Amino acid sequence: MQDFAQEFTTAMTLILTGDSELWAIVLLSLQVSVMAVLIAAVIGMPLGAALAVARFPARRLVIVLLNALMGLPPVVVGLLVYLVLSRSGPLGVLQLLYTPTAMIVAQVVLVMPIIAALTRQTVETLDAEYAEQLRSLGVSRLASVPTLLWDGRIALATALLAGFGRAIAEVGAVIIVGGNINHVTRVMTTTIALETSKGNLALALALGVILIGMAISVTGLVSLLSLRQEGEAMRHA
Amino acid sequence: MIGTWIRAGVLAIGLGATAAVAQENFIVVQSTTSTQNSGLLDAILPEFQELSGVEVRVVAVGTGQAIKNAMNGDGDVLLVHAKPAEEKFVSDGWGVSRQDVMYNDFVLIGPSADPAEIAGGKDIVAALSAIAKAQAPFASRGDDSGTHKAELRHWGDTGIDVAAASGDWYRETGSGMGATLNAATGMGAYVLSDRATWIAFGNKDGMEVLVEGDPRLFNQYGVILVNPDRHPGVKAVEGQAFIDWLTGDAGQAAIAGYTRDGQQLFFPNAK
Repeated sequence: MQDFAQEFTTAMTLILTGDSELWAIVLLSLQVSVMAVLIAAVIGMPLGAALAVARFPARRLVIVLLNALMGLPPVVVGLLVYLVLSRSGPLGVLQLLYTPTAMIVAQVVLVMPIIAALTRQTVETLDAEYAEQLRSLGVSRLASVPTLLWDGRIALATALLAGFGRAIAEVGAVIIVGGNINHVTRVMTTTIALETSKGNLALALALGVILIGMAISVTGLVSLLSLRQEGEAMRHA
Repeated sequence: MIGTWIRAGVLAIGLGATAAVAQENFIVVQSTTSTQNSGLLDAILPEFQELSGVEVRVVAVGTGQAIKNAMNGDGDVLLVHAKPAEEKFVSDGWGVSRQDVMYNDFVLIGPSADPAEIAGGKDIVAALSAIAKAQAPFASRGDDSGTHKAELRHWGDTGIDVAAASGDWYRETGSGMGATLNAATGMGAYVLSDRATWIAFGNKDGMEVLVEGDPRLFNQYGVILVNPDRHPGVKAVEGQAFIDWLTGDAGQAAIAGYTRDGQQLFFPNAK
């Protein structure tokens, strides 16, 4: 085993001295995953909320399916997105394979069910609490969705974080649809996989520590925002 | 709060857009892990890119997967090392023509303790037979890569049915060369590797080259332009320019000039 302390110092030095290659990789990781989470939120939150308040046959079944999709194996998603985006696939003409966009698409597929399922749960709880009140004000079930989403915003921030955590840590899907191309689609996780396969275990581990650090920073930032929001809400009350 | 989210969103979209417009003039080369893990392509490609203005995007996977990706049209050029499979790729009409680029050789790596006592041998078939007889652990790529195909050819010559020992002493990792070397190091197993990946490999812990120099361990790399008649999206002009450079004087000199720890990793032999 190589000297981890030394390799870690090397990796940290690269980060702190603003090594452009490493920073580009970190930045691309954030771009792809933040973008994926935002798109997944735009689709998943209304979907989850609608599922929480709407009443239709087989609703339970849809909820069970949605919850199951939270555990989609990234490598399977990667393969499916590859087959769709491949030149021989139905969307091959778009030429999206091996681009950051393809990686965003794969991560949206992975993250959307997580955000939708957690939103469904949050909104359903709030709906049970406020349904009577909203109905007495003449608000229909579906029309109450924006109100309930806004009321559950702090819990929903956690749903976004869960999605972000999944996206930023995932390697199986992005390595297939992105191809781990240097300067184009190489992100933190695929770099770690590559350095591991080169036998540079300590460097790979050090990059892993940086990735965890990034995840902690983003989580901390959102927690801080939610806390401040909570404080404001309490002052207004 | 909403304002913050919107600002974050706009920022992210802006960043995404910059990434999307980066470089339009590029080709995708489907290649093998050995050309990437050894650092060869990272070292020689900038020269071509500067000369031609064409960016070369390398997808490094096993030869088997590289060929399948190319058959799907997901690449302009194929740079791999499994001559029979490459020739079939061309004769089936997926590729325009195949050219030799460079060679190196395979080496049999194993633990210094060498339980099968094969160190110093020059006969790959005898060495593999000894490993099987000792039932010493052997790590196979098991991923239909060029190295895996070569390994299976040598096992075929021993007459030993490795499939019967799968999961016992014969262990298929189903991974790239580097990952398989890591696994072999962890298990103290014997493993067949291309020499370039081995020399550049950073986790050699207690492992060394035990058998080398058998002419049967020759490892030839070839380059093929994916057939634009099959896949109209193929960038034939740029792809052919890359092939011409790689097999021409400049590319061949760049390959010969690439060394790690003072050792030349690939030997140019384009005709």
